[in-house]
Amino acid sequence: MASTTATAAEGTPREAVRPRAKGTLYRGDLGMWSWVAHRITGVLTFFFLFVHVLDTALVRVSPNAYDTVINTYKHPLMIVFELGLLAAVLFHAFNGIRVMLVDFWSEGPRFQRPMLWTVLVLWLVLIIPAAISMITRAVTELFGG
Amino acid sequence: MTTTEAPLSVDKPRSSTRPAARRSNFELYSWIFMRLSGVVLLFLVLGHMLIMLFLDGGVHRINFAFVAGRWASPFWQVWDLVMLWLAGLHGGNGLRTVINDYSRSDRTRFWLKMLLYCSIVLIVVLGTYVLFTFDPNIS
Repeated sequence: MASTTATAAEGTPREAVRPRAKGTLYRGDLGMWSWVAHRITGVLTFFFLFVHVLDTALVRVSPNAYDTVINTYKHPLMIVFELGLLAAVLFHAFNGIRVMLVDFWSEGPRFQRPMLWTVLVLWLVLIIPAAISMITRAVTELFGG
Repeated sequence: MTTTEAPLSVDKPRSSTRPAARRSNFELYSWIFMRLSGVVLLFLVLGHMLIMLFLDGGVHRINFAFVAGRWASPFWQVWDLVMLWLAGLHGGNGLRTVINDYSRSDRTRFWLKMLLYCSIVLIVVLGTYVLFTFDPNIS
């Protein structure tokens, strides 16, 4: 194996046996997955931002054009999309706070894992009532209420 | 596990193929900007989504008249303008990092970033134009 490549994900047998120093593993750890999720939610939100500025710009064309396009957002099935957006933004926002605490708070790196659990609990606490409220509204609209 | 053709390695700092480091603090400032704009966006975006998706019937009450009513107030105009600029730059800078990380060749990297920069300019300029020239009496 070339000495300069970093492909040694599996490592040599001897390395695999040696216990890893606690707190130094990043690859494959929870912290890495929070970083992956941060990227994915950020990219998705950016794509929505692009579409959203374009649809809002229709107010400059005519009230009719704007209302027609905005009506597509009111379709009951669009709550899946709106809920997904909210879920992405909420995770990105709370995890962003965690990233800042890791960066700027001297004790941050030590508490990165409990802070991730806090982010996830906070996310659940907000997304569950939001989902219930939106789904209830959509169901009553779909089946008449 | 997937096999990749290019070796997953970083050039040695002094290798001749690696361009000399630019004497610029741009990456530092963009790093700081992501954090500062993130804090502001947290309030602006979550507030925006709370108003638009949940209060007073949520998305069902949004139409042209609703937008006209909001933008009659300088408060919401400034709110939306700041949110537009910060979100465009924060999101754009985030995507720039993602493109830099995952592009395999310099040519892909260049063209993806060109596409990204055009998109950022398009939405920030278009959004600003719409905010400043909005006419509630347009037919």
